[in-house]
Parts: sequence; structure tokens; C-alpha cells
Amino acid sequence: MKRAILIAATDPKVGGVMVFGDRGTGKSTAVRGLAGLLPPIKVVAGDPYNRDPAELDGRSATATVPVPVVDLPLGATEDRVVGALDIEKALTKGEKAFEPGLLARANRGFLYIDEVNLLEDHLVDLLIDVAASGENIVEREGLSIRHPARFVLIGSGNPEEGDLRPQLLDRFGLSVDVRTPTDLAQRVEVIRRCDAYDHDAAGFVASWKARDKAIARQLTKARKALHSVDVPTAALETMARLCMALGADGLRGELTLMRAARACAALDGAAAVGADQIRSVAAMALRHRLRRDVLDDTGSTARIDRALDEVLGTASQMQASPHLVAAE
Amino acid sequence: MTPDTPLHGAPAPMTPWTRAQWAAHLAAVDPHGLGGVLVRAWAGPVRDLWLEELTLAAGGAPLAKVPSGVDDQRLLGGLDLTATLTAGRPVLQPGLLAQADGSLLVVVMAERLQSGLAARMAAVLDRGSVAVERDGLSAVHSACTGLVMLDEGQGDEERVPDALSERCGLWIGLDGLSVRDCVAGIDVVLSPLQARHRLRLVAPASAAQVEALCATAAMFGVESPRAALFAVRAARALCASAGRTTISDADIALAAAIVLAPRATCLPPPPQDPDTEEAPPPPPEASSDTDPDSQMQDAPLEDQVLDATRAALPQDLLAALSAGAVRTASPRDVQGAGARLKSLRRGRSIGTRCGRPANGHRLALVESLRAAAPWQALRAREVAAAGREGARIHIRPSDLQVRRHESRTSSTIIFCVDASGSAAFARLAEVKGAVELVLGQAYAARTQVALVAFRGTGAEVLVPPTRSLVRARRLLSGLPGGGPTPLVAGIEAAVALGLAEKTKGNTPLILLLSDGRGNVARDGTPGRAQAAADLKDTAARTARSGVAMVLVDTARWPGQETQALAASMGARYVPLPFADGAAMGALAGSLTADAATARVPA
Repeated sequence: MKRAILIAATDPKVGGVMVFGDRGTGKSTAVRGLAGLLPPIKVVAGDPYNRDPAELDGRSATATVPVPVVDLPLGATEDRVVGALDIEKALTKGEKAFEPGLLARANRGFLYIDEVNLLEDHLVDLLIDVAASGENIVEREGLSIRHPARFVLIGSGNPEEGDLRPQLLDRFGLSVDVRTPTDLAQRVEVIRRCDAYDHDAAGFVASWKARDKAIARQLTKARKALHSVDVPTAALETMARLCMALGADGLRGELTLMRAARACAALDGAAAVGADQIRSVAAMALRHRLRRDVLDDTGSTARIDRALDEVLGTASQMQASPHLVAAE
Repeated sequence: MTPDTPLHGAPAPMTPWTRAQWAAHLAAVDPHGLGGVLVRAWAGPVRDLWLEELTLAAGGAPLAKVPSGVDDQRLLGGLDLTATLTAGRPVLQPGLLAQADGSLLVVVMAERLQSGLAARMAAVLDRGSVAVERDGLSAVHSACTGLVMLDEGQGDEERVPDALSERCGLWIGLDGLSVRDCVAGIDVVLSPLQARHRLRLVAPASAAQVEALCATAAMFGVESPRAALFAVRAARALCASAGRTTISDADIALAAAIVLAPRATCLPPPPQDPDTEEAPPPPPEASSDTDPDSQMQDAPLEDQVLDATRAALPQDLLAALSAGAVRTASPRDVQGAGARLKSLRRGRSIGTRCGRPANGHRLALVESLRAAAPWQALRAREVAAAGREGARIHIRPSDLQVRRHESRTSSTIIFCVDASGSAAFARLAEVKGAVELVLGQAYAARTQVALVAFRGTGAEVLVPPTRSLVRARRLLSGLPGGGPTPLVAGIEAAVALGLAEKTKGNTPLILLLSDGRGNVARDGTPGRAQAAADLKDTAARTARSGVAMVLVDTARWPGQETQALAASMGARYVPLPFADGAAMGALAGSLTADAATARVPA
């Protein structure tokens, strides 16, 4: 899960992350802790859309703020999500003014929805649409406004509470499954850390600050390196073959796989995408896209592993004989 | 309790009332940290007595109550219209959760909470604050609230949604107690409020203590890490109540007894007992690598905690567990799934339109105010110019907006599967295959499915209508076959379910998979003649019920007789093709299409 979120943070184009998991595995806690990890961004001071000063031909004052991580509460109404008429201004001054909503606040950051499956359908459709286009268009109450809304959508859900529509799942770039740790030592460690936090929250945060900083540095470096990471043709072929072997519909799977592998390489500090990166992101990029046996969700990760072994087996043979590739 | 006395030997069993009192005390000490109390009991004098104790412990002021059908506006907060109109500017009214900040909130009839509401409460328990993003307002209220959930449910079907019970640290049951049992008090040094102020002074539990709790949780099959965390917090509250700052081993043992015992899903293997045959095997999560480890260490603390927890197991739970009944961590989650669907079906709001609030249309107040808002300055001037006394807000009939809802009808495919001996020997496996194909397509079309199986003497609704196909599939694959064919009972169960779906506004389609050879009468007695007579009667009633049906003939040699039965029920007749992927796929396709055409616009 941590890796998936870091990949999505490195390259927002990967698309959102969907986190499935057992109860009490700290899904929400992990996402809410994200803001502290990410390097802060520069914005136009006081801009409700957190726009980059460079975008606005930067003459305005700038401010440095933490990356927005916006939590979409379940009871939210549509007008607060997309933005609507500013009721206060209308009531007190008789003006028609636009009050930006949560989508505006999440621009250039993350939008987190806990229990996606309980959110109302029309809100989910709207979010997916905006997340894909990167722009929020408001046409209501005589207002006509468009503003940038580029954010990484992070959803979480419990599969026992009901399934998600396959169309919706497909729009999330990555999907990960979080399980309760079964190892006693790990569980003890989890509880001890929680206990320490309960006892002295400030001290706990301070003691982890160094590690948080290290992750932030890794992320900054990865973002810079992202454009210089090479995706060799052989790797692309491997990905295509993998998707074909698994019968994943559409090209979204391959695109996501490519972007995720590249981001992963950037995080690892590798110069080019290799078999290791593909192996580490294949499951999260593809496991929710296998249409053939939608009911058998547990088996899909295993199926991907098997396909990986087959495809990467042949790929490594090809790399072993480079003149063969050259001859083709 | 005398907290400084170490526990020696087997501790005395904890009575339900003692546990309940501890729960009341602890919930008052740390309402938010422990999440609150889940009270499984019927309304009655014992519960009233306990609530009184809880109120006293929490400071004496009456606790706020949430009805189970509360709406978002009341629960989370929203625009306070009266105040807004008077003030001329938006006024936010905090919801119940925020009003109970730092205290406890009683949820009555918690077993009837819809899962949407439960998820909202769960989010607040997690975060300690309410984020209001409603009606054009945006605010965050502190809500360090604990929930006291009064669960009057019966059996496993009716219970508090798992998302909430899981976040509730203290579980108690009061059923079977009489007022006479409720005498013994607990022994604490400090009052809950005094203890609350000392919570922060308590040092974190030691590694050995946490490990003992986690190991005990694992041995009793308590899977969620939250349980162990609650136990640690309970230990801290106990320590603070005793006026100490270092958690003692006795605190840990008592906390385990209070928090972990009611959650047990299995019994740990008895230590060095010769008669281990009776003991149920530990579930997989108490995996073999943790068990021997902890036994080999032979840590005295761990044994203490284990013994204390064992001694505190509620009697009924103990009986059930020793009988080998292993409770699943999430027993048949019918309630959660069903409730969610109900809330969806209420009809989603698709905005508002101009109109008068009549004919059952509900006035959309905020939208109406919005519509009126931009014109206020203008209207005020008009009114002033006309020389009339103006109201603060000018609303004209043309501003009124009403809500529009779109009630979605979804179709429900009811599988009615013949699992009798005649079918089992012939083609049960093929039937399962066909059903799975249809399930796959139903998944894509987002139809609901239900599963009725009949064999032996009667029919059983294995899966009530649900969108969670995973469960339907799992139950189907484990469906045993054999016995006589109570075809009448099967059809009747399916039709009854179909009619129930119809009343809910859904469109049912029954998929009857049988060879049509019933040999059990309606009352469960065997006999082909009576069965045939009953079948004729049932078929006629099925035709009249108007529920769409497809009869898939699973007999090895599809016959005239079954075809006639289908005709008499007004059902489409389809012989099941022999195991041939393409033909099966085509069948599944046509059946799903049937379900789609059966959809009637609302």
C-alpha cells in the first residue's frame, strides 16, 4: 500500500489508488498521514485552487503550503464537492459569487474517500470524471466556471460491504489489498506504536520526523528523475505480453503498468525500467482489471504472479541473447 | 479490585455484571479512546440500572440519545435555517456527534442502523472530529465521542454493523441477568473524571505486556488489531483509576478479561491437559508458529492474562465455544449488505426543480433560499420604493424548489436450484457451472441475485437478495446434493421471495433449475401423487403471481412433462445444454437479457 501511494505521488498520471482491506488495518490512518510525508508545494497566496505561481505568469505573492490531502466525508453534499453559489455573500450582500468546493481544495494534492462503496453513485461518477479530465466544470445556478482539479484519487473499501462496479474499479490506476498482519511480533509493534502515540503524540511525531524527511527526499528525487527514466522497448513488450497473457481488456492496463513501472524505477533510483520494477507493480496495476473471472478476486494476484513467471521467463531469455533481439 | 495484588492461581470468573460495571467505568474514563460500549441486551430493568450507573460515572448529566433513523443533518450538522433567516447570514448547527464531544452518546436500537450511517459514525470515532461539508457550509467540529450502542438484536442476523462494533472497545451482554444479580460493586480509587485527567500521565505499556495481550488475542481468535489496542487503552484507564502511573500486570490481565474475552471466537488449546480431544482446533490465524512459541516461553504474565481472559468468558460464549462452534469473525453479513441496498433504493436525489411542495414533493429549503438569495438586495429596494414594511428575507413563490428523486428499479435474479438426489447424480455440477456463468453476467449488469435451494423435505433461502456475488458463489459451490425433490416447496419459496422483491420495487426473475420431477408434497411428506397435485396448484398460483420465470430443464433427457409444467407456470422453458461452453454462454446471455427486459420503468 505504501509503495502504491508513493508511486501515485511520484507520477499523478498513474491514476488513483484503490485500497481494499480488512477492518482495522490502518488504511485510513495511512492515507491521512500522507500530508506530512510529501514535500510542500508553492502556491499563489490565498488562491482557492492552490495554483502553481508559474501557471499564472507568477506576479502574485507566493506561499509554501503542505500538499493538500482532502478527506471527502460520507455525508458531503454535491454543492460542497463541486462548489456552488456562495450562500453567505448572496445572503448578506446580494452578490453572485462562486464558492469553490472540495475538488478545488484538492487541486495538486490528494482526495481521499473512505468507504467508496457507500458514497452515492452520482458523486462517484462525478469524481471519476473530474479525476480523469483534471478540470472541474461547474454549470449551476447561472454560474459557469471551470477550474483546474488535478488530484490523485485514493479510495478505500471493504470488499465484504459490497462490490464496486467494474467500470469504477477500472478507473483507479492501482489497487492494493491490505491484510491484517498474522505475525505476532508485527502486531505487538503496531500496538506499541499506537500506545506510544496515545501517551505522547508530539514526542512520537518528533521521533519519526527523520524518517518522514527521508521519504520526502526520496519522493522529490524520484519526481525529478521521472522524465529521464528510460522505458526500453523490451520492457514495453514484456508488459504487452503480460497483459495479453492475462486477458486484461483495453489499453488502460498497459498504460498504467508502464507509468507505474517508470515511477517505481524513479523511486528506486534506477535509470531504466527493468524486470524488477515490472514484477513489483504488476499485481497492483492489473489485479482489478482481470475481467475473465471477476468473481474470483482472491485468485487474481496469484494468476498475475503465474503470468509474470511465464512472461518474464521468456523475456530474460531474450535479454540473454541480445543479438537475437537485434536481428529481429 | 486491589490492583497491587498480583494474580495468583486461577482467577475467579468475572460475572457479567462486574464486566458491565467495569465497562461503564472505563467508558466514562476514556470515552473516545475506547470507542464506547456495545450493550447487547433487551430493554429492561437491568439495562436501565446499568445506564443509570453509566450516567453517574460520566458525571451525572443525562446522556444525549441518537435515534437509529437519524438523518445526516442532525447527526453531522448542517445549516440551521431558523438562525440563518434571523441572522441574515448562514449559521451552522453542530450535529449530535459534535455536541457530545468529550462525552458519550447513546445510540438506541443500534442493530437497525443502516450501514451508511454506521460508516459516518465510524469515521467520527476514527478521527475524533466531524467534517461538515453540507449545504454550502464547510467546518470541522471536534467530536471526541464514545458511542453507547444499545443492541436489542436477536441472533446473528440482527446486529450492529461490523464497522461500528469493531470500533467499540467494550462489549457487554446483560441478557439473563436479574436485578438481584446487580449488587456487587467494583473497587476503584479515583472517580472516572479524576482518572481521565491522569490518563496522560500513565507511561506506555511495556513490550512484554503488549506481547502478552497480542498473544492472548491471537489464541482466542480475535483477529482485529484494534481489539489489542483497546485492551492496552483499557489497561491504561485502569491504571489511571488506581492513581498509579505505571501499568501493572494485574491491569493488563483485567483489561484482557474485560476487552478480549467477549470477542473470543475460539478457545486456546488447554495447557498440558491430557483430554485435549474435546478442544476445538485453533483457527488459522492463531497459526502454528505463534502458538508453540508462546507456550515455550512460558511467560508467567502471558499465562496470567490467558487465565484471566478464560475466566472472564461469558457463559453462553464459553458453552458455544467448547461445543466446537467456531464463530466466524464476520458471521453472515446479511444485515450490512441488505441495509446498504435499502438506503440506495430510497431513490437518489437528482437535484431540484421549481415547484410547490405539494403532492408529496418535499420542499428543498436550502435550494429555495439559494434561488431567492441573489435577488435579496434588489427586492429590498423594490419593497422600500413601494413604501411597504419589508421582511428581512424576500422569498417569492417562484423561488420555491422541490426535491426530485429517481427511484431505481434493479432486477433480481432468484436462482432456485434443485439439489436433490435425482439432480445431483445427473448434473448438479453442470447446473452449478451454468449458474456461475449467469452470475458472472449478472455482476457486469449489476443485478442482484438470490439463491434458493431445495432438497430433502424443504426449501431454504441460502442467499437473500444481494449484490455481493462472492458470497452467492461460495455458498453455491459448497451446496451439497442428495435426497428427495421438494419441488413445490422450492417454487413456493422462490415465488415468495420474488413477490417480496416486487413490493420493494425491484423486478424479480426466477431461474428454476430442476428436472421437474417433484416427489415431496407441500407438507414435506413423500409421495409422487400428492406432490403432483400440489405442483399443479402451485404452478397455477405462480402464473397468477406475475413473477417472470425461466425453467431450465436439467434432466438428462428433457421431456414433455417438464415443458408442460413450464407452460402452466407461464415460464419460459429452456433445456440445459450438455456441458458445452459455447452453448452455456449463450444460455447465460439470453437469461441475463431476460432479466434486463423484465425491467419495468418505475
